[in-house]
Amino acid sequence: MKRTIWIYCVAISMVLALAALPLVEDPLAAGSPAVDIKIDNFSFTPPTLTVKVGTQITWTNGDDIPHTVVSDDQSFKSKVLDTDEKFTFTASKPGTYSYFCSIHPKMTGKVVVE
Amino acid sequence: MPLQKDHDAILFNHHSDGIDRRGFLKCMAWAGTGALCVLQGGVLKSYSLDNPGHIAKAARGELSFVQISDSHMGFNKPANTDVVGTLKAAVAKINGLPLPPEFILHTGDISHLSKPSEFDTVDQILQSAPTKDVFFVPGEHDVLEDNGKQYLERYGKNTKGAGWYSFDKKGVHFVGLVNVMNLKAGGMGSLGAEQLEWLEDDVKHLSKSTPVVVFAHMPLWNIYPEWGWGTDDSAQALSYLKRFGSVTVLNGHIHQTMQKVEGNVTFHTATSTAFPQPHPGEAPSPGPMKVPAEQLRGLLGVTDVNYSRKRHTLALIDSTLG
Repeated sequence: MKRTIWIYCVAISMVLALAALPLVEDPLAAGSPAVDIKIDNFSFTPPTLTVKVGTQITWTNGDDIPHTVVSDDQSFKSKVLDTDEKFTFTASKPGTYSYFCSIHPKMTGKVVVE
Repeated sequence: MPLQKDHDAILFNHHSDGIDRRGFLKCMAWAGTGALCVLQGGVLKSYSLDNPGHIAKAARGELSFVQISDSHMGFNKPANTDVVGTLKAAVAKINGLPLPPEFILHTGDISHLSKPSEFDTVDQILQSAPTKDVFFVPGEHDVLEDNGKQYLERYGKNTKGAGWYSFDKKGVHFVGLVNVMNLKAGGMGSLGAEQLEWLEDDVKHLSKSTPVVVFAHMPLWNIYPEWGWGTDDSAQALSYLKRFGSVTVLNGHIHQTMQKVEGNVTFHTATSTAFPQPHPGEAPSPGPMKVPAEQLRGLLGVTDVNYSRKRHTLALIDSTLG
């Protein structure tokens, strides 16, 4: 019984925390950094990008051929991006993320989150 | 194009891994009007289709089939805004062949984005072909999002694994391989251990005099690794085929014709029915190549293959839609 009450407390505080989040941590309102990676000519530009935790990274496919953005450890995975389509990933944990295009695996890139 | 004299015929029979660049450039220069390639005793002879004298001597054997590739249904960018029209032109070309083919091989990238409507359109257009027997292997564009589930449902009946299979026609053993699944970062095409094991077993029982035709989407020889034009574990697959007297490998993916003879193996890539791609290294990327409208159909096409048992030849004739 004690355990159930404890879980309720945790759940309620989580709901409260979530409700409060948009007010203080909305990425755009709070001015969270955002960076772009271009997909052009079957390559990612820049091929290596170093960002701060919380940075919003957006890939845009400028090719006439579809591509994907998939991290080697599957921490992020886009759907197939046709021409001009975008994929966004917010770097919430520090680390080095190697990624590639699962359709054209010679296309590789790296995001370093500090 | 000027008539080709006898001494202009390309004769090359090399055993190195590299590309005979001069030979290819010469062969590719002919791709605009089509080239006839005849394999005899391990030596590939190539003639321009513009020389009727030579074509008349071409082997007309017991088995004739056609390869089409890379129809990319759904593609609508400037390189070709009418891929329906060019696929229809390819089917018309097949209907116009002097010898109706027994079947058609489609070496993948049937669709551009794996959409059901794209596959439906191709299936519908192929209804007008002179044969209803069409054998497919998937390209990377046919297995997007769902890991090839839809492809298998549509085209994979009686296949193994991700869609590989074999069949026999008039003494020739055909093997369809899948090298577009589970691609690894930094790599090229991949067959995988399970498929390689199956292939070894599949050809084990054949006599060494059986002609073998292997078809897959991505090239099974390293044409240009910088652009991923090859298959990481193709050497192992080819090692199972070493003991055969005649092996022909048919691929798509690179949207242009290229050929090479290495020992007992003749490699050949087909043009696309949708859009051309640049020659290796001659553009910043392998993306679709925009050419003047009047040149487009000269760079798209079909491949007609004839097998003659008596002469032990497999003759490949590339003809364009132009």
